[in-house]
Amino acid sequence: MSDAISETNTTATSGIVATLREKFPQSAEKITPRASADHPAVNVPADAAMAILTYLRDEHGYEMLSDLTAVDWAEGASPRFTVVWHLLSVTINPGVCLRVAADCASDTEPEMPSVADIWPAANWHERETFDMFGIVFTGHPDLRRILMWDGYPHHPLRKEFPLAGMDDELPDPEVEAETKARLVAAPMAGGPFVASTGNLNLAESEPRAKDQSWSEENPKAEGPKG
Amino acid sequence: MVTANKEATYNSAIEGDIVVTRLDAVINWIRSNSIWPMPMGLACCGIELMGAGGARFDIARFGAEVMRFSPRQSDCMIVAGTVTYKMAPHIRRIYDQMASPKWVIAMGACASTGGMYRSYSTMQGVDRILPVDVYISGCPPRPEAILDALIKMQEKIRREPSARMLFKEEYKG
Repeated sequence: MSDAISETNTTATSGIVATLREKFPQSAEKITPRASADHPAVNVPADAAMAILTYLRDEHGYEMLSDLTAVDWAEGASPRFTVVWHLLSVTINPGVCLRVAADCASDTEPEMPSVADIWPAANWHERETFDMFGIVFTGHPDLRRILMWDGYPHHPLRKEFPLAGMDDELPDPEVEAETKARLVAAPMAGGPFVASTGNLNLAESEPRAKDQSWSEENPKAEGPKG
Repeated sequence: MVTANKEATYNSAIEGDIVVTRLDAVINWIRSNSIWPMPMGLACCGIELMGAGGARFDIARFGAEVMRFSPRQSDCMIVAGTVTYKMAPHIRRIYDQMASPKWVIAMGACASTGGMYRSYSTMQGVDRILPVDVYISGCPPRPEAILDALIKMQEKIRREPSARMLFKEEYKG
């Protein structure tokens, strides 16, 4: 991806890295440029993330948090989880986004300080990241699941979680007893629905299963799930 | 003395205030022409359902214009949209609160089969928790398809042995 990084982007990134290293000398060696195809991006250490983000907001005009998400690098990878903040300045640098990333220290019980106090927008984003990845944001005012229900045992965007889902209980045991319905793994005949790219008309590019040579009744020879 | 009645229509002067018919026919006539829908709008199908209720398509022509947002007052739940596992128990509870007799229309690909959402969060068809009477294909279906489903629903209701069902235990209360 390094070819895709534009010259101005690299300059902007190294400028921010230099500024942050000067301001936070004790974590200077852990503040590094981050590969990015578009916007400037930096890696920061998790323990200094809160201070760095507050500094970027107060001194560099990044008053808007436009996104907060995480990356699961793979089961067994270390560091496994990286939290990413997308910062936007609407006063100083309109339209320029700054991406800040920090690795979680623990691979099994990932934690990250919450930025909900400095950007209220982070509240629901952190709840979603907690729901999907299981990253605990310490200091969050109300860290509950936001998409799945309370009591759901998995974190669906983790790499080990299958796209089709897992067999499980319905959120409501009364309804489950009445209807005998359960969470089941979704049928994956032909694989997940994916859109085709390229110079196609809308009918050809719309999302569909790529391999329709097999079905639930007529399974694929090697391994049932996609 | 009994005389042959040569009039094709009902004549109150001859027959008095009595109409002879089958109980099933009367009950089903009443039920099928005033289906009050419970609009369970869960996704984009809900927008098409609103279109069917509007003046252009006018669901009132089939006696189903009284969209009731209370399950206590409705006859037919129209499940319009994607049924997630998180929502499914609530749909079932709303269905349980509807008074019998009650019917269910699964509107669109998602409500019928899970549609394009082959994923961990989506129930693969609302018929896993509700007894569906009519399925509508489409993503989302056009309002004409909803009206067609409603007419099929009326035909189904007109075939029901309603009088017998009145005296069955499971249909009481």
